[in-house]
Amino acid sequence: MKPRRSMLYMPGNSPGMLQHAPVFGADSVLLDLEDAVAVAEKDAARRLVAHFLRVLDFGRVEVTVRINGADTPYFETDLEEIIPARPSAVRLPKCQSPGDVLRADALMTTIEERHGMEAGTVGIHAMLETARGLEHAFEIATASPRVKALTLGGQDLTADLGVQKTREGWELFYARGRVVMAARAAGIAAFDTVWTDVDDPEGLAAEAKQIVEMGFTGKAAIHPSQIPVIHEAFRPDPREFRRAWRIVTAAEEAERQGKGVLLVDGRMVDGPIVVRAQRLLDLGVLYGMEGDETA
Amino acid sequence: MRYEAAQAGTLESSDCLVTLAPSGEFSFEYRSGNGGLFAERTEAMVREILERYGTPCLRVQISDQGALEATLRARLEIALERALRKE
Repeated sequence: MKPRRSMLYMPGNSPGMLQHAPVFGADSVLLDLEDAVAVAEKDAARRLVAHFLRVLDFGRVEVTVRINGADTPYFETDLEEIIPARPSAVRLPKCQSPGDVLRADALMTTIEERHGMEAGTVGIHAMLETARGLEHAFEIATASPRVKALTLGGQDLTADLGVQKTREGWELFYARGRVVMAARAAGIAAFDTVWTDVDDPEGLAAEAKQIVEMGFTGKAAIHPSQIPVIHEAFRPDPREFRRAWRIVTAAEEAERQGKGVLLVDGRMVDGPIVVRAQRLLDLGVLYGMEGDETA
Repeated sequence: MRYEAAQAGTLESSDCLVTLAPSGEFSFEYRSGNGGLFAERTEAMVREILERYGTPCLRVQISDQGALEATLRARLEIALERALRKE
């Protein structure tokens, strides 16, 4: 799984922001056609994003586009213009059921075929932001091979639940657990919701640490200043990283020798632990960590 | 095909404001902070896009705030489509 620790929301109708998308240091950017764009400018934002997707070199930054929901008049036109411009994925807001994914999937396939693209080129990140959507989390995650991530929409969900979003975030605890469990069960990424108070980096740091410990693979950001805070939360503990390096090295050696059982630091290690260790190594590389230092 | 007056874009930095008005002939007015540096190139792009939309006779005004070509293209296309929709 490619690390996507941070996903920076960028308003789709702001060329000044869009043209700098590759340089903010985020692992991925979310070009927003939904909440960040006024109704009268939906057409302009859609066209601007489509042009930028075609000509701008985003480098290693993964590019996704949040389109307008299926319950809006913009949904189909968004897909018609955005899919041929080949973003990595589109983020589908307010997914309530597997049917929402299947409807988008069918439309995307038609558009891809019409433009000579291989079906399934563009992925789906399904946003869960209603109680009903959360209750269908696993079915949504597995509705189509296009679904590459589940993402939690905390603002709309708290509104749907009729509760306040608090600094501690207990009102989202169950929802977060549910999203992580469903995404992991489906073998896809799990992205957490935004931290809305740009002037409270301590609050963001605490929340980011919590969601990393819960098993999320990434978190959305609404301002470039939030990116380093989120990345810091994902930084592996150096001792854990060195142990992961020993596990992966030992697993490779065992495979060469045809051994089934693996012992590292005197403890037996099995398949899932090797997979987790490899994930930790991939993450550590992003922080310039090296595994062959002895601890 | 009849077009009506329409606009797209903004006067924010890195953007441009495109204003279209019906006219018997093509005319092009370009304002930017860098003088006329990109005026010729922009006019060629405008003519190409108008040709593609089949509507060479329009008065086109662009106030360029340092927009990239992708932005200029997107704004002009949307201004044209808005002008057409108003019919």
